[in-house]
Amino acid sequence: MTMGSERATPRNRLAVAGARATTQAMLRDQPRGDVIRNTLFAALLLLAILIALAGLVALLIQAFAQGASALSIDLFTNGPSSIRPESAGFRPAIIGSLELIAGVILFVVPIGIGAALYLEEYADKTRWWNRLIEVNIQNLAAVPSIIYGILGLSFIVRGPLDLGFVLAAGSLTLALLVLPMVIIAAREAIRAVPDSIRQGSLALGATKWQTIRRQVLPASIPGIVTGVILAVSRALGEAAPLLLVGAAAFVTFDPEPFSGGYTALPVQIYNYATRSQEEFQALAAAGIIVMLVVLLAMNSFAIWLRNRYEQRW
Amino acid sequence: MTRAGDKQAPEPAGDLPRRLRAPSPRYGEKAIQGLLALCGILSVITTTAIVVSLIGPTIGFFEVVSVSEFFGTEWSPQFEPPSFGVLATVAGTLNVTLWCMLFAIPIGLGAAIYLSEYATARVRKTLKPTLEVLAGIPTVAIGFFAVTFILPEIIQPLWPGDFLGGATGKPFMALAASLGIALMIVPIIASLSDDAMSAVPRGLREGAYALGATRAKVATRVVFPAALSGIVASIVLAISRAVGETMIIVLAAGSTPDFTLNPVVSIQAMTSYIAVTATGDIPTGSIAYKSVFAVGSVLFLMTLAMNVISIRLVRRYREVYE
Amino acid sequence: MAADESRAGTGREAREAAAERAAIAVRPEEFQHGSSSKREKVFELNGVEVLYSGVSAVKGIALDIHRNDVTALIGPSGCGKSTLLRCLNRMNDLIPGAEVRGELLYHGEDLYGPEVDPVQARKLIGMVFQKPNPFPKSIYDNVAFGPRILGRKEDLDATVERALRGAALWDEVKDRLDSNAFGLSGGQQQRLCIARCIAVEPDTILMDEPCSALDPISTGKIEDLMIELKEEFSIVIVTHNMQQAARVSDRTAFLMVELDADEDNRWGRLVEFDDTEKIFTNPSDQRTEDYVSGKVG
Repeated sequence: MTMGSERATPRNRLAVAGARATTQAMLRDQPRGDVIRNTLFAALLLLAILIALAGLVALLIQAFAQGASALSIDLFTNGPSSIRPESAGFRPAIIGSLELIAGVILFVVPIGIGAALYLEEYADKTRWWNRLIEVNIQNLAAVPSIIYGILGLSFIVRGPLDLGFVLAAGSLTLALLVLPMVIIAAREAIRAVPDSIRQGSLALGATKWQTIRRQVLPASIPGIVTGVILAVSRALGEAAPLLLVGAAAFVTFDPEPFSGGYTALPVQIYNYATRSQEEFQALAAAGIIVMLVVLLAMNSFAIWLRNRYEQRW
Repeated sequence: MTRAGDKQAPEPAGDLPRRLRAPSPRYGEKAIQGLLALCGILSVITTTAIVVSLIGPTIGFFEVVSVSEFFGTEWSPQFEPPSFGVLATVAGTLNVTLWCMLFAIPIGLGAAIYLSEYATARVRKTLKPTLEVLAGIPTVAIGFFAVTFILPEIIQPLWPGDFLGGATGKPFMALAASLGIALMIVPIIASLSDDAMSAVPRGLREGAYALGATRAKVATRVVFPAALSGIVASIVLAISRAVGETMIIVLAAGSTPDFTLNPVVSIQAMTSYIAVTATGDIPTGSIAYKSVFAVGSVLFLMTLAMNVISIRLVRRYREVYE
Repeated sequence: MAADESRAGTGREAREAAAERAAIAVRPEEFQHGSSSKREKVFELNGVEVLYSGVSAVKGIALDIHRNDVTALIGPSGCGKSTLLRCLNRMNDLIPGAEVRGELLYHGEDLYGPEVDPVQARKLIGMVFQKPNPFPKSIYDNVAFGPRILGRKEDLDATVERALRGAALWDEVKDRLDSNAFGLSGGQQQRLCIARCIAVEPDTILMDEPCSALDPISTGKIEDLMIELKEEFSIVIVTHNMQQAARVSDRTAFLMVELDADEDNRWGRLVEFDDTEKIFTNPSDQRTEDYVSGKVG
């Protein structure tokens, strides 16, 4: 990094202008005003964080306040019901979500790691097609989830793959949705392995793949697993694309991968939430509690994993 | 060092040509490289598939509906005669996004500056993951929160009377969705802007401190401008997220297409139109079905433009500081 | 010999290189100190040039490296000594846009010949890096890595022990072979890297400033080790430390930065290559004298 005058990028000019403005302001300002203003500024910043955290806390409290009455083992054993909300549950939805997630993992782990390895270890960054793949993945990570629903509808449910409105179609749609997240996380983990490790291995006469298999991958596994967990938790909470690829709200049987209707936890929650009776609202809140508990557990595990196995080079 | 003898017993010179050759053609290595490249190419196929799946029905849509009608403000596909003015749902999206960003940008940036310039390393290490948990909460849950808490417990009690038509008694409202989405994207802005500001070299800060600048001045006049492109990138990405959000809007903002930026009415956004229409009983190939793809195309192009801007800005700050 | 001369670089170093080869051919015994294996050449470089993306990093290098010698490459930073070292085991192949021109023979074989596999070459020509780079594994697994990937799995324990003894590390680590290599001190890590390297049974070891990240005591141990290792291996060492070159090496090459007329481009050039003693006591080139006496650089 050079900050010399020969690199007078707009950013540097801005920074220099900022520094100059500061200096000039320093020569004018009254110190007493400064103290008050600084304290006020810091307080405002803290307030911003507190508002965000308060939102999180309020969301959790609200879900518990509204859903506590509906929390029971019925949630896990019973199917949905439109007439008896007091005994309705999420069993098909929970099983559907688990199957969806299993499919997502089967798909994204090999392909996500493969794409990341290609981009980090093999791709020549000066080639336009490799840069295209890179930008393309960054863009895909930010494409709205509902668009993946459209993709799933016309390419997986119908069109080339023609799977029909089955669970496997939903799973594949979700997998495509979170694949960019996995690739980006895996790339970061792979990039964090210092080059000296690769060189040390190659200098011993290891081939490129031996080096990747035995040095780079083992060293980046914690980062990759963290990324996969975060991606899976995203897939677990997604409802919008599933609405388009056939996840129905009213499935009373345990869904199967390639035949029959299916549903998922967030879709079922959405359905209960749109009904006006108090009991269904409570049921939706109870479903949210279940989902949040699972997600928080997964996220905490991911963070723990990252901190525990983070390699300091 | 007894090994010297037995190791070099075969004279290297004679044995050497063979030992420098590859023992096998290493087809496996090449096959692996090919397989990995295929994984990378799959992402390009995904994008192509998205574009292809949008284009076909969109063209079919425009064979029936004129472009000028499409860019009208009246959206009533179920009426007779139907009207397909996409600007009503675009306005719905903008309505939600605009009010959302009004809250999310200051809060997100405030949080980012606090994390990067004020918080101690330990506090930052706790606060940042906590905020990121917020970004990971399913949008169904946030939508439910928006309609059962933000709307009745925050907006309706605090809204000033009849202002803009009043807020009391309304079951759906754009503003409820806006605040819900704000909750989701504040962590995005905070986290990415914090990354950008943390990437500003320490020397720049120290230079300003050495001149006697206060922490607030260093933060706002040195670090903030230096990290500007990363900060703007995080905001653009957040806008793209807000524009693409579906479930919060479906749950909290209702489904009434309305060409307005009034925050206290029920609206329909592009995403919620797609979600509601495509799950309803619409025959494949009907004009209403194709309208889903036409709206999807507009949505895709809008987010694509924002994503490209954001990616470029991020690359720019990375080039400067990393 | 005569055929070689025409292909050498121009000017002084070409003449020197020629004189040098002639000297060895005529009276090898008198020319060196110590063992009598001097005649065998491990590397012969003639007009070697290394380019990165078409721009020269070093040019016109002509020198011979002999078996069981420690050959030191010295010179100011940016003179391309590390670049030169890295083309001796084809590590430069890993840098996109790197290109090696000229003749580079390894035991008489063209190291850059079309038939040569760089992976195989690196098995024969090991390398130790500037910063100790142990793998994030146990001490045992670090040393066993090379034999394992080469499929030499029989008697692995014995191989590991022999390599660790060879690197004068065995006594310090024999009770904790299963502990992580990152727990070792910097000097121990570097000796582990040397052990890792000799476990593959190379015939040459390249060392790229192996002591620059170490304290004086660790440096001393590694220097002693080098002198022991040259009984068995040929060693080429890049160092910025002239005392180190003087202490451990038999032959020393001095490289310098050269600029073109516009001072736009710079590259490294070999100024003088001779017995270490001569380089440090009675160099034939004024620039060498200035450098080793500390007047420049």
